[in-house]
Amino acid sequence: MVPLNYYLLLSGFLFACGVAGFLIKRNIITIFMSIELMLNGVNLSFVAFAAHWHALSGQIFVFFVMVVAAAEAAVGLAIIIAVYRTRETLNVDQVNLLKL
Amino acid sequence: MLHLSLFLIFGAICITGAINLLVQRHPINSALSLVVVMGSLAVEYLLLGAEFVAAVQVIVYAGAVMVLFVFVIMLLNAGEEEQTSGSRVAILFGIPGMIIGSVLLAWVLVARSGTGEVALGALPGSPRSIARLLFRDFLLPFEVTSVLVLIAIMGAVVLAARPEAVEHTKKEG
Repeated sequence: MVPLNYYLLLSGFLFACGVAGFLIKRNIITIFMSIELMLNGVNLSFVAFAAHWHALSGQIFVFFVMVVAAAEAAVGLAIIIAVYRTRETLNVDQVNLLKL
Repeated sequence: MLHLSLFLIFGAICITGAINLLVQRHPINSALSLVVVMGSLAVEYLLLGAEFVAAVQVIVYAGAVMVLFVFVIMLLNAGEEEQTSGSRVAILFGIPGMIIGSVLLAWVLVARSGTGEVALGALPGSPRSIARLLFRDFLLPFEVTSVLVLIAIMGAVVLAARPEAVEHTKKEG
């Protein structure tokens, strides 16, 4: 038996790590990975609550989150490739104009 | 007891991977530590009885999405990130913000300790029961998701294509 709080603590920690990475990282790909980390933290709390309340729909929502995250990763990485092609850099400090 | 020790072991691996993601300077090291986080999260899902979600986590997240990340890192030949004055300011605010957030979350969760426990295999998340729910109650969201994925594919192709290639396709008709 594991208290539900432990799972929530782990998911909260993952989310906090994701937020911190989003703030301190300068590489656009790593920032994107931090967003995935946040989504994973949220997924863990979804599954933990699903097991706690005996409601399977929580796992369905995890499935939807994964689908949206996969779509987001595909589009986001395409945007990163387009940005790199025009700016020749991955540093977000140097990407400060919408249009060159 | 077994459940708790497995949870603690893989939770520790998960936390280590998440911290390593923040500490590493090279994006490829961050990507590999994210794979570690996702793999250990799959084990946590198995401990919660969510077999289907664990399998999808390994296949979609640790497999497909991370391959995409590693592919883009290698395609763009991403090197170590350089420190700028902006990143120092971000560290100044980011680290305390993360610590405050974690402590607040932990405090709230520990203070509300009466939320109950989760037993091993408490919920049968078998593919059969998931599919029954997904294709009956959540059929409309499922179909909308397929449209979303289609749009995402088209968007990714248009965004990642070279401008010359797009012009060429337009001329072809």
